[in-house]
Amino acid sequence: MHLLYQIFIDPFVQMGTAPDLLAQTLWEGLVGGVLYALIALGFVLIFKASGVFNFAQGIMVVFAALTLVGLYDAGVPAFLALALTIVVMFGLAFLVERAVLRPLVNQPEIILFMATFGLTYILIGFGELVFGGDPKLMITEQLLLPGGSYNIPMLGGFVQMQKIDIAAAIIASLMVASLGVFFQKTRIGRALRAVADSHRAALSVGISLEYIWVVVWFAAGIVALATGIMWGARSNVSFALEIIALKALPVLILGGFTSIPGAIVGGVIIGVGEKLGEFYWGPLLGSGIESWLAYVIALIFLLFRPQGLFGERIIERV
Amino acid sequence: MFYREAGQFKTSYQADQALFPIRQDQIGIVLILLAAYLAVPLLASDFVIDSILTPVLVFSLAAIGLNLLTGYTGLLSLGTGGFMGVGAFACYKLATFFPGINIVVLILCSGFVSAAAGIVFGLPSLRIKGFYLAVATLAAQFFLSWCFIRIPWLYNYNVSASIEVPTRTLLGIPVTGPTATPTTRYLIVLTIVAVMTWAASNLIHGRIGRTWMAVRDMDIAAELIGIRLYPTKLLAFAVSSFYCGVAGAMLVFLYLGNAESESFSINQSFLVLFMVIIGGLGSLLGSFFGAALILGLPIMLRAAKEASGIPMTSATLEHLNFMVLGTLIILFLIAEPAGLARLWQIGKQKLRVWPFPY
Repeated sequence: MHLLYQIFIDPFVQMGTAPDLLAQTLWEGLVGGVLYALIALGFVLIFKASGVFNFAQGIMVVFAALTLVGLYDAGVPAFLALALTIVVMFGLAFLVERAVLRPLVNQPEIILFMATFGLTYILIGFGELVFGGDPKLMITEQLLLPGGSYNIPMLGGFVQMQKIDIAAAIIASLMVASLGVFFQKTRIGRALRAVADSHRAALSVGISLEYIWVVVWFAAGIVALATGIMWGARSNVSFALEIIALKALPVLILGGFTSIPGAIVGGVIIGVGEKLGEFYWGPLLGSGIESWLAYVIALIFLLFRPQGLFGERIIERV
Repeated sequence: MFYREAGQFKTSYQADQALFPIRQDQIGIVLILLAAYLAVPLLASDFVIDSILTPVLVFSLAAIGLNLLTGYTGLLSLGTGGFMGVGAFACYKLATFFPGINIVVLILCSGFVSAAAGIVFGLPSLRIKGFYLAVATLAAQFFLSWCFIRIPWLYNYNVSASIEVPTRTLLGIPVTGPTATPTTRYLIVLTIVAVMTWAASNLIHGRIGRTWMAVRDMDIAAELIGIRLYPTKLLAFAVSSFYCGVAGAMLVFLYLGNAESESFSINQSFLVLFMVIIGGLGSLLGSFFGAALILGLPIMLRAAKEASGIPMTSATLEHLNFMVLGTLIILFLIAEPAGLARLWQIGKQKLRVWPFPY
């Protein structure tokens, strides 16, 4: 009885008596969710255009952030370092297409998935070899990102909002909007959608798969760089960030592998659900439930919609 | 010339369906078993037995478990580490509760606990498919890892949150714990792995294995020819987790000696998946090749470093190790996506027609 009270009534009483705390938790969940969504976005871009489940997206985030900080530490001015990092990400996209995707064209999905594992290992080894394994500070001020926080009076208390979080939310929305426009309105975007629909049909109307893949991996690289800057600003830049890629996977299955809005909505649901669960129900189970709560939330959704909330309907034929 | 089955006629269906229908294969397997049981304990050093052969055998069994699920039934799972952990912790608890029962029996029994966990986490597999399922199995991995840390009952309220293997004997000889010799542990592992591989091989060649493969090739078609999908998939999860659980229990009791939650992390799941894919999806032999390659690679790299004499810090070596491993994975996939088992088959075919090209 006491347990039932603790599960079903007590958390809501807490929410009711301290609405400012609830608002704070919701805000933190929202921001966390947006950042998960950014990683998921990188996954979705690549999965849509090449059918590759890119496990390396998480490590691309770390790699991009490390390159940026590493270049700055080597004495390159901040914005030049940013530009150079973008060039590096383009180089990576090009190399991946040449050395991994092209030889493996037409292989089963699981083989391509494994290949991105190999890529993950290479990037981990290379990143640590070049930049060292120590955590580094993200260069937020030099990139003119705001620091500090606002204290907004709300609901009889204060809600603290980090400025960098607000900036992250804005940048994420801008990025999603521009990707949306890119996909819907431009020539390359149309080609990307064609490739996503059917590789063979796209080839037959003269779309170059190689070119499209480089573009997509480059776009995913830029998304990774933005994600890396935002995550790096919240904590240090190190390979521990790799774990956030695993956090983005439930977002991905919740939203659907092929949907950009799905990534965002999924990210927010997971982020908010995770924070609420950890804050209000976590003490019941002992802490650390964050590590699997997201997966359980995603699983519950999946049982009702096996293709995720916004995924394309799975049509199976014999 | 030497490997030719001409003249070996099968006169019954049973002979045709035998595990080793070709006489050369029969001789080969007997030779391999003889070498493993007699030559290795007599000739190999403790280092070779303890740090190469035992782990390779243990991980081969885990890879066979995952192969049954991913390679034969087509269900991609990333929860192997978790299921291995269930086996290990179950074995530890069983050894605590029943100190009188033989440890080998307990290791096998802990597989059943793991199988039960596999069934529970396999429940979503009917509705969820492909990569969605892979991510869903990650839920199992993370939930189980969390349990291994947060439920102190599992490690007997030990302060260090790790499990220490007690000393247990078989026929008066210690087989687990610090006093057991590497050779004894190796022989126990070898026996369990050999028997379970034989069982798996029979399972695959029988009705159950065929239903699994039908489900893998196209599950709707399998349903239409009268295979009940749900029991089939759940059975695959159960058997696969059983194998993984036994492998996990052996890993702790017969190889590591002690373990904690970290020993069964997500990285362990990935490692076993590598072994399966590099060895060859849907091949028992491939599981052994994969395990040997993935575990042998770091050892070979270390040897290569010492042979080359280039001064290198251990951190640098570690990083190079990662890069080489990643590169090799990609190269293997490009060169032979069907895995090492396919290379073996090609080699056998060449041998069969030698000295002619075909």
